[in-house]
Amino acid sequence: MSNKYSELGLKVGLEIHIQLDTMHKLFCKCPTKLVEAGGEEVFERELRPARSELGEVDVAALLEWRRKRRFKYYAPPEASCLVEADEEPPHMVNREALAVAIAIAKALNMYVPDEIHVMRKVVIDGSNTSGFQRTCIIGLNGYMLDGERKIGIQTLCLEEDAARKVGEEPGSVHYKLDRLGIPLVEIATAPDINDPEQAERVAYKIGQLVRLTGKAKRGLGTIRQDLNVSIRGGAKTEIKGVQHLYLISKVVEYEVVRQQKLLWIKEELLKRGVKPEDIKDTVYNVSDVFAGTKSKILRRAISRKGYGVYAIVLPGFKGLLGVEVQPGRRFGTELADYARVWGGIGGIIHTDELPGYGISDEEVRALYEKLLADPSRDAIVLAADREDRSREALKAVAERARMALQGVPEETRAANPDGTTRYMRPRPGGARMYPETDIPPIEVTESLLREADRYVPEPLDTKLKRFVEVYGLSRGLALTVLNDLRLDLFEKLVEKYRGRLSPTLVASTITNTIRMLKGEGISIENIDDRHIEETLDLVAEGVIAKEAIPEVLAELARNPEKSAREVVKEKKLVSISIEELEKLIEEAIEKNIESIKEKPQKAFNIVMGEVMRIVRGRVDGRVVAEHVKKKLFSLLRQ
Amino acid sequence: MHSVEYFGYRGFLAKKLMDLGAKIGDLVVVKKPGLVAEGFLMPREALYGDKPILVLKLSNGYNIGIRVDENTAVEVMEKPRKHVLPGKRVVRGVEGKPLPRVTMLSTGGTIVSRVDYETGAVKPALSVDEIMEWIPELGGIAYIDAREVMSIFSEDIEPRHWERIALEIYREFEKGVDGVVIAHGTDMMAYTAAALAFAIRDKPAPIVLVGSQRSSDRPSTDSAFNLKAAFLVAARAPFAESVIVMHGETGDTYALAHRGVKVRKMHTSRRDAFQSINDKPLAIVYPDKMEIKVINNIIEHRDKSKQPVLENKFDDRVAIVKAYPGVDPEIIDLLVDRGYHGIVIEGSGLGHIANKVIDSIRRAVEEGVAVVMTSQCLFGRVDLYVYSTGRRLLEAGVIPGSDMLPETAFVKLSWILGSKTRELKEVARLMTTNIAGEINPRLTIDTFPRWRY
Repeated sequence: MSNKYSELGLKVGLEIHIQLDTMHKLFCKCPTKLVEAGGEEVFERELRPARSELGEVDVAALLEWRRKRRFKYYAPPEASCLVEADEEPPHMVNREALAVAIAIAKALNMYVPDEIHVMRKVVIDGSNTSGFQRTCIIGLNGYMLDGERKIGIQTLCLEEDAARKVGEEPGSVHYKLDRLGIPLVEIATAPDINDPEQAERVAYKIGQLVRLTGKAKRGLGTIRQDLNVSIRGGAKTEIKGVQHLYLISKVVEYEVVRQQKLLWIKEELLKRGVKPEDIKDTVYNVSDVFAGTKSKILRRAISRKGYGVYAIVLPGFKGLLGVEVQPGRRFGTELADYARVWGGIGGIIHTDELPGYGISDEEVRALYEKLLADPSRDAIVLAADREDRSREALKAVAERARMALQGVPEETRAANPDGTTRYMRPRPGGARMYPETDIPPIEVTESLLREADRYVPEPLDTKLKRFVEVYGLSRGLALTVLNDLRLDLFEKLVEKYRGRLSPTLVASTITNTIRMLKGEGISIENIDDRHIEETLDLVAEGVIAKEAIPEVLAELARNPEKSAREVVKEKKLVSISIEELEKLIEEAIEKNIESIKEKPQKAFNIVMGEVMRIVRGRVDGRVVAEHVKKKLFSLLRQ
Repeated sequence: MHSVEYFGYRGFLAKKLMDLGAKIGDLVVVKKPGLVAEGFLMPREALYGDKPILVLKLSNGYNIGIRVDENTAVEVMEKPRKHVLPGKRVVRGVEGKPLPRVTMLSTGGTIVSRVDYETGAVKPALSVDEIMEWIPELGGIAYIDAREVMSIFSEDIEPRHWERIALEIYREFEKGVDGVVIAHGTDMMAYTAAALAFAIRDKPAPIVLVGSQRSSDRPSTDSAFNLKAAFLVAARAPFAESVIVMHGETGDTYALAHRGVKVRKMHTSRRDAFQSINDKPLAIVYPDKMEIKVINNIIEHRDKSKQPVLENKFDDRVAIVKAYPGVDPEIIDLLVDRGYHGIVIEGSGLGHIANKVIDSIRRAVEEGVAVVMTSQCLFGRVDLYVYSTGRRLLEAGVIPGSDMLPETAFVKLSWILGSKTRELKEVARLMTTNIAGEINPRLTIDTFPRWRY
């Protein structure tokens, strides 16, 4: 209920990245496609940030730098060149991408600067070979309407997408350069969104607007959604990588609950009189307590050289580590995240979940005794790993515990597929940005603005009129299509199948059929545009009947890597010929001749039932009915 | 036309900003019909100063350009606070361990930089402290001293600059250093490397030239890796030659130490642009493993007891002329008439030029101008005996350049004419004598690049 959320002071901001389907990448002439095949050049690099004038280091960058990683790059020649390898200066900004970005900015009522400056934004996790992302601001201070409300659109940036991670091994992360350089528009709203449904709605509208330019890429990974969520008294949490539109409202809901729970924990700690100085950084080696333990995890650590079991005391925290802050995730899980990120260990064990993991009551008692901790009041966290990593991990746990006294820490979190989130890194400080001097500033001229006009999306009422009057869709179906994510696919396919398939069939397939399959429990999120297009291709070619569409799509949803043609072959859904049909009808009549003679008025139903059972999906039902009637008629005359 | 210039701005916008007393970094507000923008004033790149566009840095870090005219109001809101720079961490060599002493001389080009994120300016950072702070690993390689001997784009370097650099290096050798690193712009680096090979005889220690292809402000710069390799070579290599140390391949895996007289910049931008031509590099260098693998013959060995001899005069009246269809013999005549002392020809194939030019060449030689023939093929050896044109060139007095790079022949000729002699017969003798490895008498099959298809 929006009331509940406004009481909580919920503020949500969206940051949506959409890949553009331009002919070339943003700073070179490579095609904007992903490549799976091998045969690429591979090279290794290290990244080392320059000193800043103030000698400061960005907190998030510090984390990356401390990990001291090398990067391995796979450079497929079909989709990357010297620019992506950081072996050649960038070319001039892709004009097509500029025009599209300006068109979107104008559609969002934004101010476009007279001169666009490309900047270097320092990124040293290896996903940009140069150690920075090239980005420029195209629009400022715009808005979009959600019903009566104005949602502020703060910035629209045009930037290059990063390389994609393809693997990892200790000390080295692997990236492929095909995605690097694909143009992205990044649209950031003001935190004007006040409830989860609105967040989903606004995200959908922004995505649709970009798709309507006809220049948005489609498919998994082409659109990335990040959220900023805060409640009164909480903190602005950045949540990255919400893959599906329909997860947005869930992520917001869960984050609200998480922040509320953390605030509750803060209150509880205050009630218990816990103070930040009570939580010490002292890490104890407690391997001897578990010398004879039955726990496999601990035994493994104790037996390895340089490894052991280490512990830290969290005074006053007893019972709080077990508090659920997200569905299936407790406060202890938050601590484990920090241990993982900062220490590089797999996980932690804490006393709120003991006895367990093969650890006995006596061992727990001995642990408290050794650490001079109070079993009725204090919690103890264990790490079983290499000494240096365990110490780093537990120090991070202590730090996070101290933060709990302040409530909700400012974090960047990653979205999980179920809508929960996990800690990723501390929120970065102000972006380290400086001008990209290899590219001169771009003046936004009249001619550029005119080019942009070509991409300004057609107003939706104009579309509606055309759908009804020219394409012959019913008004209801037209409205449904207009509101569908695949609106641009519909328009593309109507043109493609002009004269061969009715627009109504196309619209109905994209909307009603998919919805019906969803209702039957089919995983429709596996259905790509290409599945729909391939299936309709087969109908247009006359290979299958339109009745077969739902079954083909359902099978493709179960096996998305297959092609529609393969599925049709496997499931024997190929249309049958009229001769075959007639033969089947004759067989059916013969088989049921007794029943037909007995109840001639039910003859049609009997035969139809029999034949349809066999040919279901392979021929138009009306055609069957026609031929059954004809056959029965001629039979009756005899 | 009087044109006011102010932080890169020109014309009426410059005047407007001057009148406001606005300085770079001030928080300003710009008001136009339909726009109010607030940000920090940024300088304008001088090249684009003609357009009346104001550059602002927004609070989110992005820069934008706003067109300013008479109806635009610009106001200064705030002056920036003075930043107190935190004390810099000084890291020198690891205490207690005696390390080789290496001096780095910088000739310009920013091999190490600092970025001022407030203004976007990239500034050179050449003090030892700044270098060590950025590459602490150097502390395990050598005791470093660093100073700037000139600040010049390498494309502006001239023979007289080689004289200066050679003198500075000689002084360092006199001080007893174990190696010298020269930070140099990559464009003309090979020329300088060749010059230094000739300018100091009996070097006791190596001279290592190093540069960066990708600017040092970017985290991916090749500069740090190259510097590590360069210092390692300067400190520990068994040879005492003039070498260039740069990336051996696009990845940060190994560097190559190339003989200065045999190396050329073969790509405009790649990290591994420098390649040895008609020779193998002297060594493969693995800076992270602290390993130097010598893969070629050493001509000058490291020996601290050697007494270096400075012969650093270069003749700047030497020109390079390329052979191409329709090349005008008057070009040779013009050079001779202008008092040039030497001409290096980048001939075609085995060392040819159009026959109609030969008369002018003959005249040049008669006037005492040394003419050396090399090949624009770069790879391979010239041979003027094989074809009649070549024989005619020999008859006209052309000095064959063997397998020397045209650029190296140019430097060597300039050195001979400046430091040794102008007497043509002696010039010819010295030119055809292998002094510092610039002539490779044996070209094996593997000294030619292989392209993969």
